Amino acid sequence: MNTITAASTAHFEYLLRIADTSLILGQRLSEWCGHGPVIEEDIALTNVALDLIGQARLLLSHAGRLEGKGRDEDQLAFLRTEAQYLNLTIAELPNADFARTILRNFLVAAWQRELWQGLANSADAELAAIAAKSLKETRYHLQHAADWTVRLGDGTEESHARMQRALDTLWPYTAEFFSASADDPAIVSAVIGPAWSTLEPAWDAAVRPVLEVATLTVPARTPFLSHGKTGRHTEYMGHLLTEMQYLQRTYPGGTW
Amino acid sequence: MTEASRQWPLWEVFIRSKNGLDHKHCGSVHAPDAKMALQNARDVYTRRLEGVSIWVVRADHIVASDPDAKPEMFDPAEDKIYRHPTFYTLPDEVNHM
Repeated sequence: MNTITAASTAHFEYLLRIADTSLILGQRLSEWCGHGPVIEEDIALTNVALDLIGQARLLLSHAGRLEGKGRDEDQLAFLRTEAQYLNLTIAELPNADFARTILRNFLVAAWQRELWQGLANSADAELAAIAAKSLKETRYHLQHAADWTVRLGDGTEESHARMQRALDTLWPYTAEFFSASADDPAIVSAVIGPAWSTLEPAWDAAVRPVLEVATLTVPARTPFLSHGKTGRHTEYMGHLLTEMQYLQRTYPGGTW
Repeated sequence: MTEASRQWPLWEVFIRSKNGLDHKHCGSVHAPDAKMALQNARDVYTRRLEGVSIWVVRADHIVASDPDAKPEMFDPAEDKIYRHPTFYTLPDEVNHM
């Protein structure tokens, strides 16, 4: 009985790590709504944000049912405390400028693509179905962000400088994409999904050529490792949650 | 640089709503080149499953008729009712005419 409970907790948290990364990045991107550099790009970023929030809804609903404590997508999305969110730290970092926003989308989308593909054969059939649906969305996000990464990186002096600054800032946070989790063995043996460390070669092979065409210099790896997926967040997370949770906290159970 | 020359060029967007139908003009987007014009058109005009194919064309590549030339361009067709195939009886089996 104990092993089943332990496996379920691992399964639940595995889903949360994926769901929360989509949720928090979607929330961040939605901050661009009405502020895009041109209206077409404003809509494009909002579309991406909505795709991500849609992924989070499916995954959180599924996680809630799996947990069996009667929590639905809204309760999981809006009523947890900071340390209970298991998103990758990179998702919660501020948007800063358009360059950093785009580069983050690029790095995350390339990671998500490998993850969704790795989940295609999950023993969790619902997760596999969500992954298959999300993969199509992510392919477009990746194309959109890669295209901009090359344009801006290989663009003007200023756009290049901003992209390089964004890469220098964000690159250390990508180590967390692939760091080991304590429950990796349980997840892998139950065929729920891949251990994320196995995604790195394919991600690297997808990301580096684009950065090269964008004339950007990839920083060397350092020992720095962020810990969002274990619930340890940056100072930015609390502010994000305050805004994101405001409505549910002020009007509990509010719907429209 | 003047404001006008800093603007990305305008592209007209044509969407085919489903296979077998024609592409229909549905609006325009600004974009620096064709690739991004397609992406922008996708993001702006196909968010609600409006299409299965997109064409974009630079607005300045479209040659338009002169609105002032309407009388000589179009009015003469007004009384040529015999140009419509309405004097034939169609067999019942022929649909969509």
